Amino acid sequence: MRVQRFWSIIALLFGFIYFALPLIGTLEFSLRARRGVYSLDAYRSVLSDPQFRETFTYSIVMAIFTIFVGALIVVPTAYWVRLKLPRLRPVVEFITLLPLVIPPIVIVFGYIRLYNTSSFLPMTGSVTGTNLLLLLGYTTLSLPYMYRAVDTGLRTLDVATLTEAAQSLGAGWFTIIARLILPNVLVAVLSGAFITFAIVIGEFVLASLLNRPAFGPYMQLVGANKAYEPAALAVIAFSIAWICMGLIQLVTRFSKHTKAQR
Amino acid sequence: MADTLAARRRLPLTWVGMVPFTAFAVLFLLLPTMYIVVGAFRSADGGFTFENLVNLFQPSILASYWISIKISLATAVFGCLIGFAIAAAVTLGGLPNWLRGPIMTFSGVASNFAGVPLAFAFLATLGRLGLVTVVLKQWFGFNIYAHGFNLLSFFGLTITYLFFQIPLMILIITPALDGLKREWKEAASILGASGFQYWRIVALPILWPSLLGTLALLFANSFGAVATAYALTGSSLSIVPIMLYAQIRGDVLQDPHLGYALAFGMIVITGIANFVYVWLRVRSERWVK
Repeated sequence: MRVQRFWSIIALLFGFIYFALPLIGTLEFSLRARRGVYSLDAYRSVLSDPQFRETFTYSIVMAIFTIFVGALIVVPTAYWVRLKLPRLRPVVEFITLLPLVIPPIVIVFGYIRLYNTSSFLPMTGSVTGTNLLLLLGYTTLSLPYMYRAVDTGLRTLDVATLTEAAQSLGAGWFTIIARLILPNVLVAVLSGAFITFAIVIGEFVLASLLNRPAFGPYMQLVGANKAYEPAALAVIAFSIAWICMGLIQLVTRFSKHTKAQR
Repeated sequence: MADTLAARRRLPLTWVGMVPFTAFAVLFLLLPTMYIVVGAFRSADGGFTFENLVNLFQPSILASYWISIKISLATAVFGCLIGFAIAAAVTLGGLPNWLRGPIMTFSGVASNFAGVPLAFAFLATLGRLGLVTVVLKQWFGFNIYAHGFNLLSFFGLTITYLFFQIPLMILIITPALDGLKREWKEAASILGASGFQYWRIVALPILWPSLLGTLALLFANSFGAVATAYALTGSSLSIVPIMLYAQIRGDVLQDPHLGYALAFGMIVITGIANFVYVWLRVRSERWVK
């Protein structure tokens, strides 16, 4: 037992050092911009860069739209599959996991060739079209996380009984999904939403290859041209990831609380 | 008879509910992928050919596949070993229980932290002016760059990738370790097995499919990663995703169909790895419930 604990502590200590050093290193490096003293110069320089604000806003707007479109597609589908087509569940689950199997760079390669200006759906021909394509690409990337979250949320509900109760009270499909199913899986949708947010904010490949002014390509550009600003950007990006994760925890805890009261 | 007729008439309506999802999946996931796959088997004039795939077997492309496979394998193996050690320490090591929550949460964040910022973090730590490099040089007089270390290399990329590979391993293997029943260990020790024997004869054979499966998943995970490598090394390290990135941007291979074949090769490799993962996972679920 004592030997076991000794090795456990060694493993944990190793892990702690490996994961803490890059975080400390980044933080320290981001403060080094002024010679000899620690300062927030790198952050000031980043935050005052108009391009930072533009790309950051662009990515945030993109993330919010992605979450909406993703929820719009996933919630009704997951509900419908559970209610009417349980046979299809393995198939739908398989399709939603495909974005983890097919590398994103291959998917976007397909977009560029399939939706170019001479195709049946020339989405890359206009700015709006390309934005839409990027949005739908992000929705594809978020599909595995969103679907799994919502499907797990639906598992705790008696979907059939709820639906029959709503129908006997005269509710149509739209009312059932918007006012009955959605509120019940809202926590799941939110936890899927925060992961989506964290992914979209820093995403590089899709935005870069579709030539959209997103935060990921901007970070890459700064990294190639500046010394201390990249570290400041990494600190900002990591903080966002942490905030998203914290919000997931918060939302899940909040939901447990309401369930206990019932 | 009337029943089946009514059922048949009702069937299409049920399927209407699947239209939005199906349309989305076909247009933005399946069709683009199929386009690449079909393109890999099509010649410049539109006929069917294996020539593109044959053309993959030229030294420069084979070399980049090889280095990609080596990096993915190295990060998968080390990710598995270290992740397993940490997960085992947390679940079975007799450490205080409150450690578990923060470690799992951190793993959730770090496993999704692949990308440009991760490259910055490692440049700031192990780059030429990074914290660790500077501290080792000033305090211990040891210059790692003079001793052959370079972050922009195979080794450097492996160390960087481990930052998201280890947490992924922890997230996936912890439930499997939780599934090891305490009765098994008790039964083994009553029969006179030592701790080492318990692991060798009981625990590892049960965990084996999960371990190998996760190895395959980690392999696929790092094989498709672009952003970290690109931000870290630019295009100096010619791994497959970076080669494909350059090909999409500017047709560096000077043959669009060879580009499709390159992408097709990536799908095949990640596809096989994921298939192995799913297959072994199904096997392991017979034991770990």
